[in-house]
Amino acid sequence: MALLKHELRQGKIALFLWTGIVAFMLALCVLIYPEMKAQMSAISGMFSNMGGFSAAFGMDKLNFGEFMGFFGVECGNILGLGGGFFAALLGIQALAKEEKDGTAEFLLTHPIPRSRILLAKLGSVCLQLTAFTAIVTGVTLLSIAAIHEQPDPKTFALLFLAYFLLQLEIAAVCFGISAFIRNGGPAIGLGIAALFYFFNIIANLTKSARFLKYITPFGYTESADIIAKGSLDGPCLAVGMALGLFGIAAAFLQYQKKDIR
Amino acid sequence: MADAIKTTALTKYYGKARGIIDLELKVTQGDFFGFIGPNGAGKSTTIRTLLGLLSPTGGRAEIFGKNILTHKEEILADTGYMPSEASFYRNRKVREIISLSASLRGTDRAQDCAAEAARLCERLELDTEKKICQLSLGNRKKVSVVCALQHKPRLCILDEPTSGLDPLMQREFFEILKERNREGATIFLSSHVLSEVQRHCRHAAVIREGRLLASDRIENLGYTGAKQVTVRGLAKPPLLKNIRDVKQNGDAMTFLYSGSPNALLETLAPLPLTDITIAEPDLEEIFLHYYTPQDSQKEDL
Repeated sequence: MALLKHELRQGKIALFLWTGIVAFMLALCVLIYPEMKAQMSAISGMFSNMGGFSAAFGMDKLNFGEFMGFFGVECGNILGLGGGFFAALLGIQALAKEEKDGTAEFLLTHPIPRSRILLAKLGSVCLQLTAFTAIVTGVTLLSIAAIHEQPDPKTFALLFLAYFLLQLEIAAVCFGISAFIRNGGPAIGLGIAALFYFFNIIANLTKSARFLKYITPFGYTESADIIAKGSLDGPCLAVGMALGLFGIAAAFLQYQKKDIR
Repeated sequence: MADAIKTTALTKYYGKARGIIDLELKVTQGDFFGFIGPNGAGKSTTIRTLLGLLSPTGGRAEIFGKNILTHKEEILADTGYMPSEASFYRNRKVREIISLSASLRGTDRAQDCAAEAARLCERLELDTEKKICQLSLGNRKKVSVVCALQHKPRLCILDEPTSGLDPLMQREFFEILKERNREGATIFLSSHVLSEVQRHCRHAAVIREGRLLASDRIENLGYTGAKQVTVRGLAKPPLLKNIRDVKQNGDAMTFLYSGSPNALLETLAPLPLTDITIAEPDLEEIFLHYYTPQDSQKEDL
């Protein structure tokens, strides 16, 4: 418990910053919707007819004239990228930062099994992502209430659940990598999150790259599919969760025997 | 009674790079033991292997009779470790780090630790309200001392502990160690400062290029008390017993002397010296001695 508290305190400032920025941008996006609504019906057709570009961002399947259509694309990108980057940084720095900053020696010479250290760090990452999602969801709901929109509660909940699972998956994959590296954590983490994002764009652009949807967590956060189907894509989600569990297992296997120099 | 530290053919390679090779080290309980060697000799590798930070490539090691691989947490509970580089979480206050260290040792010990930590902080004049990022190396070392000793460990493993501490603090630090030693704790410290080990330790081991060269009582180790003497203005070495390794470099002549200081001064006094320096011999000299079979330690004493 002491270690978990310590980890949460260590991540406090980054959590406040990332949550504040993403929540602010989401709120801003929601609050400008009424102004854009009138123009949206006119340009909605244009947005959905830009060929590959529309397909890449799922705009060919969403109606921009409706709140959920607008929210799904605009806010989805903010939450997907913002949350994804934050999760990647949390995961990738969890273990590697201790070695980079020379604090691993301090931590690992206390009588605590490495498995408990890993659990505390993993717990801290999950709790921070839960707090991030809870606050961002709360701020978004308040913003929606302020503009008197009433999105479908189930679809709205599914969207936020999908993004929460995306964050957990990215964090878990990066956590696994974190056990193998000593330096360059942030660059690798952000790179992985960006790579996942572009995998989804490429998968939307061409049928031959459709398989990438199963590799990237952005595959199961596709707003257009969630709004249309009213559910998350089961196979994509299953592959994603398996990938996340693989990351965690790799971290445990590697870090238990890792040499701390 | 089991030895505090016992290694048998302990070996560590980093890939193909040498760490330590077939190390046979024995430290009895209650000893004040110095571990001497130049940078890169394998001192830190030995310590890190004993503490479970590194996995040995071969051999075995025991602390208080417990295998370091199978009883790591039990061993760490009985051990206080002071690393050579005192790195802590930069944005935390000193008292938070000390308290974190105590709580990581379990809630049962946290309260005992707090009282002892307060005593140590007072003796070391450590401001616990400062943040780690505001501290000099010396003050970070003090934090390290408190974290290593606040739980009153049976074994203190200290890796180059005095680097960064000013002479007054070094004295206070060794006072604390001696007190702990008198109370029964085993002190194992690595150093490349020969005089420090000579002054405070009862036993010492010399390591070079990953191999243990000697391990004995301080007085039995060769060159103990030897001084490196550099004189200017002499064309040939003074007629003295117990001198060796005479080297002439321009008008400076350097030799190692291990006899009585009075004999040295009496011999040199009438000579036309323009300058004289008497210093501790370089560790390199000591280690070279161990590499040269014909240079028996007893000859030099």
